[in-house]
Amino acid sequence: MKVGKRVFRFFQPVFSVILGLGIGLLITYAAGESPWNVFQIMIKSAFGSRYDLGMTLFYTTPLIFTGLSVAVAFHAGLFNIGGEGQLEVGALVTAAVGICLAGVPFPLAPILGILGGFFGGALWGAIPGWLRARRGSHEVINTIMLNFISAGLCSWVTLYVLKNPDSQNPETASVGAGYLIPQLKFFGEAPVSVAILLALLASVFVWFLLWKTSLGFEIRAVGQNEVAAKAAGIDVGKIRILAMVIAGGLAGLVGVSEVLGYAGRFKIGLSPAYGFMGIAVALLGRSRPLGVVASALLFGALHKGTSDLDFETENVTRDLSLILQAMVILCVSADGLWSFFGKRRKKPESPQSQNVAGSLASTATAPATSAKVKVTP
Amino acid sequence: MTPAVEFRGLSKAFKGVIANADLHLQVKKGTIHAIVGENGAGKSTAMKILYGTYQPDRGEIYLDGKLWGGRLKPWASPSDAIQCGIGMVHQHFMLGGPMTALENILLGAELGIESSPSTKSRWSRWTRFLPSFLRPIDYQAARTKLDQIAIQYGMKVDLDAKIEDISVGVQQRIEILKLLYRDAGILILDEPTAVLTQQETDELFVNLKKLCQQGKTILIITHKLKEVMNLASRVTIFRRGRVVAERDIDQTSVEELATLMVGRQVNLQGTVPPRPRLGELALEVKDLSLGGRCPLRNLNFHVQGGEILGIAGVEGNGQTELIQALIHPQDHALGSGQCAIRFFGQDVSHFTTDQIRSLCVGIIPEDRHREGLLLQKSVQDNFLLGLQRRPPFYNKGLISTKKLNSEVRRVMDEYDIRPRSAAVPVSKLSGGNQQKLIIAREFEFPPRFLIAAQPTRGVDVGAIESIHTRLLDARQKGCGILLISSELDEILALSDRILVMYEGNIVAEFQRGQVTEQVLGLRMGGASADV
Amino acid sequence: MIELLVPVFQIITSTFRVSTPLVFAALGGMMSERAGVINIALEGMMLLGAFGGSVVALTLHSPLYGALGAIVFSVVLATVYGFFAIELRANQIVAGTAINMLAAGLTPFLSKILYESSTSTPSLPLELRFQSSPVWVAWGLVFLSWFWMKYTPSGLWVRFAGENPEALDSAGVRVKQVRWAAVLLSGLLAGLGGGSLSIFLSSSFSRNMTAGRGFMALAALIFGKWKPIPTAAACLLFGFFDTLQIRLQGVVLWGDRPVPVQFIQILPYIVTIFVLAGGVGQSKAPKALGLPFVQD
Repeated sequence: MKVGKRVFRFFQPVFSVILGLGIGLLITYAAGESPWNVFQIMIKSAFGSRYDLGMTLFYTTPLIFTGLSVAVAFHAGLFNIGGEGQLEVGALVTAAVGICLAGVPFPLAPILGILGGFFGGALWGAIPGWLRARRGSHEVINTIMLNFISAGLCSWVTLYVLKNPDSQNPETASVGAGYLIPQLKFFGEAPVSVAILLALLASVFVWFLLWKTSLGFEIRAVGQNEVAAKAAGIDVGKIRILAMVIAGGLAGLVGVSEVLGYAGRFKIGLSPAYGFMGIAVALLGRSRPLGVVASALLFGALHKGTSDLDFETENVTRDLSLILQAMVILCVSADGLWSFFGKRRKKPESPQSQNVAGSLASTATAPATSAKVKVTP
Repeated sequence: MTPAVEFRGLSKAFKGVIANADLHLQVKKGTIHAIVGENGAGKSTAMKILYGTYQPDRGEIYLDGKLWGGRLKPWASPSDAIQCGIGMVHQHFMLGGPMTALENILLGAELGIESSPSTKSRWSRWTRFLPSFLRPIDYQAARTKLDQIAIQYGMKVDLDAKIEDISVGVQQRIEILKLLYRDAGILILDEPTAVLTQQETDELFVNLKKLCQQGKTILIITHKLKEVMNLASRVTIFRRGRVVAERDIDQTSVEELATLMVGRQVNLQGTVPPRPRLGELALEVKDLSLGGRCPLRNLNFHVQGGEILGIAGVEGNGQTELIQALIHPQDHALGSGQCAIRFFGQDVSHFTTDQIRSLCVGIIPEDRHREGLLLQKSVQDNFLLGLQRRPPFYNKGLISTKKLNSEVRRVMDEYDIRPRSAAVPVSKLSGGNQQKLIIAREFEFPPRFLIAAQPTRGVDVGAIESIHTRLLDARQKGCGILLISSELDEILALSDRILVMYEGNIVAEFQRGQVTEQVLGLRMGGASADV
Repeated sequence: MIELLVPVFQIITSTFRVSTPLVFAALGGMMSERAGVINIALEGMMLLGAFGGSVVALTLHSPLYGALGAIVFSVVLATVYGFFAIELRANQIVAGTAINMLAAGLTPFLSKILYESSTSTPSLPLELRFQSSPVWVAWGLVFLSWFWMKYTPSGLWVRFAGENPEALDSAGVRVKQVRWAAVLLSGLLAGLGGGSLSIFLSSSFSRNMTAGRGFMALAALIFGKWKPIPTAAACLLFGFFDTLQIRLQGVVLWGDRPVPVQFIQILPYIVTIFVLAGGVGQSKAPKALGLPFVQD
């Protein structure tokens, strides 16, 4: 039984994806479609041509950023639901830098843009980080509130401060020419830029940070057991703030792929829920950088795959992608899946009540709250 | 005489590990019967089977001569046991903090309240048609019954007090009242005196004997042999899941019980090398006062290098607060006021934990799962906890994995930590091995001062000896040690000086060899000096 | 003097109306969290309830059936959540977030199938909407739940399930059943909350119409220390700011131009953050909140 359980845990992400996709696709029956047909459309749309593949990669890039963002926060024991707001602020700051300092030449310009994006997101991550560390209020609610707040603020800035003078669209003026980063022409019309290389670099950076540096160790220790971390001399509050700053900054880098690598300006509504998808990405990838990249690719494909459904089917829209992601998250997080099905055969019993710490802690990647220490949302 | 409870051939295994094997046991009605054994001997498991929490793999239980449960029908749950008149008071109380004593007593029995016509509650006219779980609880009838119980058994509590506001002894009384309220005839008590003061223990024993006189049968699980001799009339000894012996109390002794429990001659007093020459003043505490669950009042003491200062006391008398003040002083705003804590002459009232540790202060925490370990992380990661910024493991921000690996391997050999794999999650280690890992970590950079809180709690006998040896070794090398323990034997064996803490005060001080266990126990229970 | 009273009176009634969805949702959150199950999924259950309410009210031409419809849709989602959180012991915050995403995806999906539009459902004429009854129902439930928690066995069980489920288990009560009941109840209440959004406060369902109210309800719950009456009062506070937000739009406060609408719209969210940052309720959370109960 033990071997079986370990195999299960290793392949759980794969099982969850299959299960989640399966259930989600079955729902399309309700729309009068054949799930198999829907599935085929999705595959073709995601990988069918160079352009399609390019678009998939274009969606994958921001998902790597937001996935890493959520993952780093998870390691510190924090739930970063604010990726949406962080990436918005980051993207806006990237655009603002590009507009206000328009004359700067390449390659200094994009570097400024990158820094601006990181800084903007980091700021938006620092706020809930500070609130959690110093006031004890849970970041789940605070980050969600900040999502709404950033939507409002960015909207105002776009429409009143940085507005594009040549158009009625809700978008800013364009950034200086030196800011635009090179595109990868291999994918035809798809706006795949070198931002994807930056994303991959970011994942290496996260891996290095978390597993090779003392700061990363402290982040992971705080996420595992803040009481023990504190007793060992770690400043829990400071680590939490730092983790959220890094997480926010990573999300803010979406500005690079969206503004510098694609639109050349900030557009309201630029994110089709990348922030929330980042949660699914991090969970599926078990908060490990390699896993995050892989699952970002999967969700990018999912996002592209569902985009053609609006045209190809009568009733299924790309909202299906949210449904599919939700099902995948549910399946990944269902830690008791094994013992639930195992229970059908015989009642497994264990003499100790270490159940609580054990069951929580083995949840895919979400932080283990030690039995007596928790902050409630 | 039919025994109140009889086990025949009871067996139970968890995932292949045998907890109970072929148990045969008889408990006479109206007696106090003790079940003794070491940690892990299977006593709790056996009683939990009786209480319905676990189902046995084989064997039968007879209550008053009648087979319980029947061959084909398994024990479902504690509710069945409760209905048969069996009740259990667990080691960790099953009480809800913000709820009142009355609510706790009634939990699960709210529906069984038989109101006599004269005490019908005012609501009953309107609520008769509601399903039982929505009908308002008849608190009045419950109070009446509890008053009767108070008269009959002499056990009374303030029913409207909230659990989180009352003392442990009273909480235990509430647990027992729960059983009496449900007309339990057989009461099982699991390690009841673990958290009681001497006084509360005496009260408990008086109450238990009264219950016995009223015909109740009491089973008490304990490892405290002296209490067994005082309280019980018969004792069953468990070892490794089996019943190895039964004795009548008047025909045995503490020594015999200890030998039977452990299976070999037990040396109850170890040998301790003489104290080395005293070093500098390692820790000085002046006028420490602190709020908390048990407020500290004007503590004054000191520890010098090379001595072990033992703080004896029942848990909950301020030891936790003291440790927290020493480890996390900045959390407690100690700088203001006259109080002062000095490590090696330095005032640490404003220090962060990190700064204190950098003074070479090591900590073995009370609750290692909560304060000392990252349970899901590997042995290696846990070894690094606290050391992640210390060279040679730390090099310009990076962790030096090679040095870490080799050091962990060396340490595992030196301290005999099993299993010998640095990648195993630490939750898989036994209590003793976990504690050895913590000690290895704290001793990696030899501490000048060590706070050792309940260092052998939940640790098997073999590891206990090893841990004590390490502590004595550190003392020989000049480390000052603050030993906080509720195990009298440990305090008496290791300490050069002993302080007794009671209700946040230091109430006594003794030198090694100048105090007996009885006196120490009495002082721990708050008895004054002239007793 | 009278001229001052009228707008004040209007603001008071408006506050009560606008906080109704919050009150329902917060009560739902209370049921679940007092029993020990974190309920991040309130937002999603409300959303689906709002959708269901609108659909059923349209189809069966009655607000009452609409309310029932809202309950049904919401309870179905609560069942999914309960299954993952209680039976499969998934991390409750993660599962809750997934449920919210599920609802956010399902509602436009179903809306497109039924009404060709994934942004909103058709409008309900005034006669088919609630006029003021949801407010009374909500507050009636507040007091009912206070009584229920304090004086009935099931209320006691819920409290124990959240404080010390081992105690409940050892008293012979099935903790899982209690938690399931609590989660389903919270679904019911969240559904009523959603329904009061689409059949009472507005005339139809529109995409993401809950706009974070489920989370504000949670913040109210924390601020109200998980007790029914203080929580409801906290909902009134949020409702007040929501009302204010509606009334301030286009109003000139300083200078010669009105305050930008975006700044006003974010007011309730800022208030929520400040309320939470007051740091009040953390220590009063039910002790077993968020910890799955595993039977020995």
